[in-house]
Formats: sequence, C-alpha cells, structure tokens
Amino acid sequence: MKSGMPSLSRRIAVMLSLPAALIAAWWFASAGSQNFYFPPLRTIVETFGKLWFSPQAIHNIAPSLVRFSIGYIAAAILGIAIGIPVGASRNLRNVLEPVLEFLRAIPPPVLVPVLILFAGLGNEMKALVIVFGCIWPVLLNTVAGVRALDEVLAEVVRSYRIGAIARFWHFILPGASPQIFTGLRQSLSIGIILMVISEMFAARDGIGFALVQYQRSFAIPEMWSAIILLGIIGIALSMIFRAFEAWILGWYHGLRQSQRAN
Amino acid sequence: MSAPTTNVRAGISARTVVWLQGFAGLAGFAALLEILPRSGLISPLYLPPFSTIVAALFKETMSAEFWTALGDTLEAWAIGLVISVLAGVVIGIAIGSSNAVRTLTHSTIEFLRPIPSVALIPLAVLLFGSQIQSTLVLVVYASFWPVLIQVLYGVQDVDPVARETARSYGLGNWAQIRYVIWPTTLPYLMTGIRLAAAVALILAITSEVAIDTQGLGKQIADTESGGAVAIMYAYVIVAGIIGVIVNVGARALERRLLAWHPSMRLDNAGARA
Repeated sequence: MKSGMPSLSRRIAVMLSLPAALIAAWWFASAGSQNFYFPPLRTIVETFGKLWFSPQAIHNIAPSLVRFSIGYIAAAILGIAIGIPVGASRNLRNVLEPVLEFLRAIPPPVLVPVLILFAGLGNEMKALVIVFGCIWPVLLNTVAGVRALDEVLAEVVRSYRIGAIARFWHFILPGASPQIFTGLRQSLSIGIILMVISEMFAARDGIGFALVQYQRSFAIPEMWSAIILLGIIGIALSMIFRAFEAWILGWYHGLRQSQRAN
Repeated sequence: MSAPTTNVRAGISARTVVWLQGFAGLAGFAALLEILPRSGLISPLYLPPFSTIVAALFKETMSAEFWTALGDTLEAWAIGLVISVLAGVVIGIAIGSSNAVRTLTHSTIEFLRPIPSVALIPLAVLLFGSQIQSTLVLVVYASFWPVLIQVLYGVQDVDPVARETARSYGLGNWAQIRYVIWPTTLPYLMTGIRLAAAVALILAITSEVAIDTQGLGKQIADTESGGAVAIMYAYVIVAGIIGVIVNVGARALERRLLAWHPSMRLDNAGARA
C-alpha cells in the first residue's frame, strides 16, 4: 500500500465510480416506472428539492437534530461520568455489572412506551429516550477502558502523588478514551434509531413524524425523499463523528501505527 | 485478569465473592424498584412496585399469548440473523478476496452502512404490512453490516505467505477459502455475529413497537396504550432477559468455537517478535 500511492484524483475517481454507477442504474431503471411504490428517481429528486430545501423544512429537521444532540451529548457525559468511578473500583464494578448488563440488554425502543408514561409526548420524552438508549454502550465501554488502564502508569501517578484533577485529565480520560470512543460510536446509530422511532410514535414535528405522515397518506415520492434525507443525516453524523474521533484520538492512532511499523 | 488469590481471608473463593456482589447488586436494584413506587417518590401508576410486576409476569407466563409473542420475536430474530450472516459471509469473502473489488466497493459500503434501518420502516409497511417480512427487512438491513465489515477485516488479515503457499501447492479456490481464508476470518466473523445478534434483537423489537408486527414489542406498545402498566413492565423485563441471553450466548459460542485460536495466535505473535 505504501509503494505507489495512487494520485488523489485517481482515488476520488475510484471512490465515486461505483456509487455513481449505482445511482445511474437506479435513475435509468426507474425512469419509466409505473410502479406506485417505486417512482422514478427523477420524481424523488424533484420532490426532495421542493420539500427539504424549502424554508418550512427547518420545522421538521431542526427539532429532530436538537433532540438527538441533547440526548446524545447528555448520554455521553453521564456515561463517562458514571463509568469512571465504576471502572476504578473493583467492588463497585462487581456489584453493578449484572444490573448494567441487564439494563443494556433491554432493546432501547421499548423505552418509548415506558417513557411516554413518565414524560408525556413532549420533547423531554424524546431526549430521555435517546439518553436511556445511548448511555449504556458509553458507560460499559468507559468501565472497560478505565479497568484496562496501564498498571505501571497508575503506579507512577500514585508515586508522584498527582492530584485527582490532574489524574483525571492527564491519565484516566486519555487512557480510557479509545474504548470510550468505541462506546460513543455504538451509541451514535442507536441515537439515530431512537430519534426516528420516538417521532414516529408520538410527535407533531420531526423527520420521523414527516416520514410516517407521508407513508400514511401514500405520498410515495415524499416518503422516499424523507428516507433519503435520513440516509444523508446518518452519513453526515458518522462523518462528523469520524472527524471528531480523528481529532481527539489522533495521538492514539499515530501510536498504534508506529508500534505496528516496529 | 486479577490474581486468583485476592480473597482467601474467610476461606471463600474470589469467584464466589464476585457472584455474591453481583447478586447483591441485582437485589438492590429490585429493592429500589420496590421502594420508589411504595414511598410515593414515583407514582405507582407509572412504575408499579417490583413485586406487582413480578406477579404480572408470572401470570402472563401462564397465557398462550405470552409464549406466542415470545416465539414470534425469536423467530423473526433468528431468521433475520441467519440471512444476514450467510449474506455477510458470502459477499464479504467475494469482495474481500480481490483487492480491486474491495477498493471499488469501499465507498459504497461506507455510504450505505450508516443509513438508519428505521428509515426503511414506511417502505416495509407499504410492501408487507405488518407481516414478518417487514421485520425481516429491518433486521437484515441492520445486522448485515457488522457481519460484512468484520468478514472484510478478516479476509484482509489473511497471511499473504499462507496464501501464496496454498496457491503454490495447487489448492483450488474452494480449498483456499476452506483452509486458508476461513480459519483466519472466523474470529472476526464471530465478533460480527455477536454484534449482529444484539442489533437484530433491537430491530426485531423496534419493528414490533413501530409497525405492529406480532411479538414482544407489540405487547409492550399495546399494554402501554391499554393502561396495563404492570404487564408492560413484565414484557420489558422479558425483553431485557432475552437480550442478556443473546449477549451471553453469543459470547459463550465465540469462546467455544475459538478455543483453539487465541493461544495459538499469541504464540505466533511471540515467535515473530
């Protein structure tokens, strides 16, 4: 792979060739489609432009993204904050592990009906559903990450009597961060699922709500455009996440690479 | 990981202590669920005491409805998982075996993977209504990717020397897959199956909650809208227990099938270093 790195333009061409071919195939195969459920891609694209590039679109897109961000960020902070003490204490871990394993194993969408009881149909419910679904992967991975911290480093930190705050910022958090990111990545897709599901179940706005409305009123091109929008949001969020991870964990990947080269 | 002789003071093995601690944790959680509604901190209308939930669960297990729902969920989960694993293995090996195909398909896979499977719910509803096929569409779409990605990693990890050797000895394509690619890929595949099993369960129950296909998720949604809160929690607990069984079972299967593997791998790494 190292020898003869292909030029950037060539790599972009390779990257785009298959997606372009697939989209073209969809475009031409569906061009004269009379099938009610599979309208021509041309119609879908036109609908997409009309529907989601209009000023009103913000009323459906913004609430979804706000709910998702609040729920996801809250889950990340809570998961790390609870995970660090649990990971650091063996007794605490032994006591809590079975309970956490059980809570994690509950498929998060069943929480939608449960939390409707507590928080009604409002935005709080949707954010809470996302928090409850996203927290477990972060929490359990933080526990695992803190548990696997380098023992020698831990001894050094103790010998030098490094204070709690410095220990947290310079030892525990960076040491556990590769594992924490694994958890955050798993939570990302769960969060998107829950955002859509909670809006399908009970909402007055949001992309999930719009999607269900279009399906129920048999507005098929609109429905397809909402599916594509969700796909684009999923891809965009995973790209943002990857950039964030590369930024924060750059040192770690660099370390791994140099270790592998040796 | 910890030394086996951590708690010999009272003559109890460390293992027993861990078990007891875990049991105490679960008991404490159950007690919390009992006390919160009884003390009025949480209205019993929203969260009935744990004993009431357990009683409801016990009563439900006497009904045929419960077992049908459980069977429906497990059926959709199992069929979906088998389809994903087979498709993931076949497509993964096909793509992974050729460098050109892998580079060509990489971007497409990376684009399709993060598309949330729940976006397909309306399409599944229109095509299949609330039949099991709707559930299968979602389950397969979601659980296919972890298998595929892991198989691709695995095929990429095949030792080139082993591959060249197999080729020099005149092993055919099929024999190469069976004796060279498969053993290297298996550990990766098992990781993929473990992830896929959990995801498949989530999506099976999601589609029951959202599309009303038969199963535990539908029972939860129905009992919630019917106000039978204790029964709803009983089903939530059942869903959690199944989740635990799936996770633990997948891990046990992984350990069993790969019993030959990690030690051998460590030895190899040691010999090379």
